Amino acid sequence: MRHILSVLLENEPGALSRVVGLFSQRNFNIETLTVAATDDPTLSRITITTTGVDKVVEQITKQLNKLVDVVKVVDLTEGDHIERELMMVKYKATGAARDEIKRTADIFRGQIIDITPTTYVVQLVGSSKKLDAFMEALDTSQLIEVVRTGVSGIARGEKTLSV
Amino acid sequence: MELLSGAEMLIRALHDQGITKIYGYPGGSVLHIYDALFQQQDIQHILVRHEQAATHMADAYARATGKAGVALVTSGPGATNAITGIATAYCDSIPMVVITGQVPSHLIGEDAFQETDMIGISRPIVKHSFSVKHPSEIPGIVKKAFHIAESGRPGPVVIDVPKDMTNPTDKFEYVFPKTVKMRSYNPVTKGHSGQIKKAFDLLINAKRPIIYAGGGVIIGRACDELVELAKTLNYPVTNTLMGLGGYPGTDRQSVGMLGMHGSYEANMTMHHSDMIFAVGVRFDDRVTNGLEKFCPTAKIVHIDIDPTSISKNIRADVPIVGPAKAVLQEFLKLLKASKVKPDTEAHKAWWHQIDDWRTRHGGRFLTDDSELMKPQQVIQMLSKVTNGDAYVCSDVGQHQMFAAQYYKFNKPNRWINSGGLGTMGFGFPAAMGIKVNFPDADVACVTGEGSIQMNIQELSTCSQYDIPVKIICLNNGSLGMVRQWQDMNYESRHSHSYMESLPDFVKLVEAYGHVGMRVEKYADLEGAMREAFAMKDRLVFMDIIVDPKEHVYPMQIPRGAMRDMLLSKTERT
Repeated sequence: MRHILSVLLENEPGALSRVVGLFSQRNFNIETLTVAATDDPTLSRITITTTGVDKVVEQITKQLNKLVDVVKVVDLTEGDHIERELMMVKYKATGAARDEIKRTADIFRGQIIDITPTTYVVQLVGSSKKLDAFMEALDTSQLIEVVRTGVSGIARGEKTLSV
Repeated sequence: MELLSGAEMLIRALHDQGITKIYGYPGGSVLHIYDALFQQQDIQHILVRHEQAATHMADAYARATGKAGVALVTSGPGATNAITGIATAYCDSIPMVVITGQVPSHLIGEDAFQETDMIGISRPIVKHSFSVKHPSEIPGIVKKAFHIAESGRPGPVVIDVPKDMTNPTDKFEYVFPKTVKMRSYNPVTKGHSGQIKKAFDLLINAKRPIIYAGGGVIIGRACDELVELAKTLNYPVTNTLMGLGGYPGTDRQSVGMLGMHGSYEANMTMHHSDMIFAVGVRFDDRVTNGLEKFCPTAKIVHIDIDPTSISKNIRADVPIVGPAKAVLQEFLKLLKASKVKPDTEAHKAWWHQIDDWRTRHGGRFLTDDSELMKPQQVIQMLSKVTNGDAYVCSDVGQHQMFAAQYYKFNKPNRWINSGGLGTMGFGFPAAMGIKVNFPDADVACVTGEGSIQMNIQELSTCSQYDIPVKIICLNNGSLGMVRQWQDMNYESRHSHSYMESLPDFVKLVEAYGHVGMRVEKYADLEGAMREAFAMKDRLVFMDIIVDPKEHVYPMQIPRGAMRDMLLSKTERT
């Protein structure tokens, strides 16, 4: 099953490498990872998506908590949450494809953020599934390049992840 | 206000931390630190001959005292040579602080001479690590390093010190912090009372109980509580390899070590139990054997300070996260107040069964008519000659298992061995680390002709500092444990498991100024060993020739249950 883990950790050099190292060292799966400082510059927040049976995800959470730099870990998928990912896709955009890409981007509420006579860059924000659906909706023969940020997530309502 | 250089701060902070001895080896990046060492009297430095030995010495001190030992090494090869020692400590949860030199800050990342990314290399085998960014941080980092190393589940901590952080001309105010506060690191100090009550119900109502106690009992200083609990309940106790001495080995309630080479009675008692009270253990693969067949009728209470150890391999019915000492004290309180009493009738039958197992197969080995000594006989003799009271520092292999099986440890912190990592070359430097800190104690290094050669250069350190350890070398002319597996699984194809061109160990140790003895007959063993231990001020190397064909038994059958064991070359359960 897919899990989204949110991790608050000390914004120290080497802290991120301890988190990433843990996954490879213990043979844990890591699908996406995003990281940036929070409103408190001494803290970084990481969002990790991983898949595994409950026993493995329990170990991942415990092992993350055990790292000295890690302040807090929550599994967002245990409760109501919102997840978003940003994607930029570059397409060959000539002839009929130009309109087709524009139309599809509109349907998915994406924006075209760069235009040349032969290319478009489409920006799309949404859940990973929505991004996947957009990719499937368009003819891949026009596709030049894709970049995705990985998932960021936050709990709905009153629930917070803070020190 | 006192102004000190980074190098001076480092040494002063170690002194303020209560450190009196460190083990190390100088080199370019730590020359400022060594200069500061030279100019003070508070801390004695012991110069080893290889950095690995420095880490094992610091590690052994920690195993005997529970306090972090300190090693100091230079950058690059100095640091990488320390890696095996750091990993050894990490696998056995041993507190240690390793200070590694680093090239000056402006050269980091430039592939400078003797540069390695020590923080990166050591990352998977440390509890935590620090890189010094400003000299004034040093006292705080030292304080934190010891706090992290010694608290919670202990482990090694690396402090990487770029050379410019110790520059003698850059002086800053020295303040050694009195306390440590870290928002991201707060180890538990007590167990959950609801869980403890639930576990107590299982404990008091068990018909076929066993207490399974590990290294966490020793490092958590909970031996007195364990003994009181076991004695009050009259429950059998088995110890892990790391837990030997945590419960007195000669006590009637001790069924000995469990696991791959555990005693017949320990493994049988585990398998047939209805309640396993596990404390300070991690259900290691060398204990459980096949996970699917593990103790099918037992409910499991698992107490450990590290939540990652719980339900990692075997699911606990009642998990309790907390320090062994505090948690066991809670159990003792509940026991005193309990209206429910242990089922003595059921336990009588259980003990009858255990004693039957014990008499059927307990602690035996076969002697034959050949002149060759059995390695087990040597360990039994060591136990006799030292009254079971020596520090026994073991290397890794068959001799380690024989020592674990046949030396009856009645006190904690006396059995010093590399259990988790299984580091050959550990035993001798470990014995040195014990002897320099406990000069009046008998300290034996139980080793083989393979392991001893992995750190034999330390004979020189022993000459320099007069470290009179006794080396008990079970010489079977082959890498015994490798050979045993080759006998059992590879039709006795002894691929690279025998030692050609062994040195004349007697002459070798004499060259370093020590005493060497060669013993070939059992009849000579006791006299020679007594003579060796009577030489209080001399290092004695006993080269003892033993039967190369001997195997370690019992031995669990791979992927079987705990009760599935080979008992000799011809018998199995």
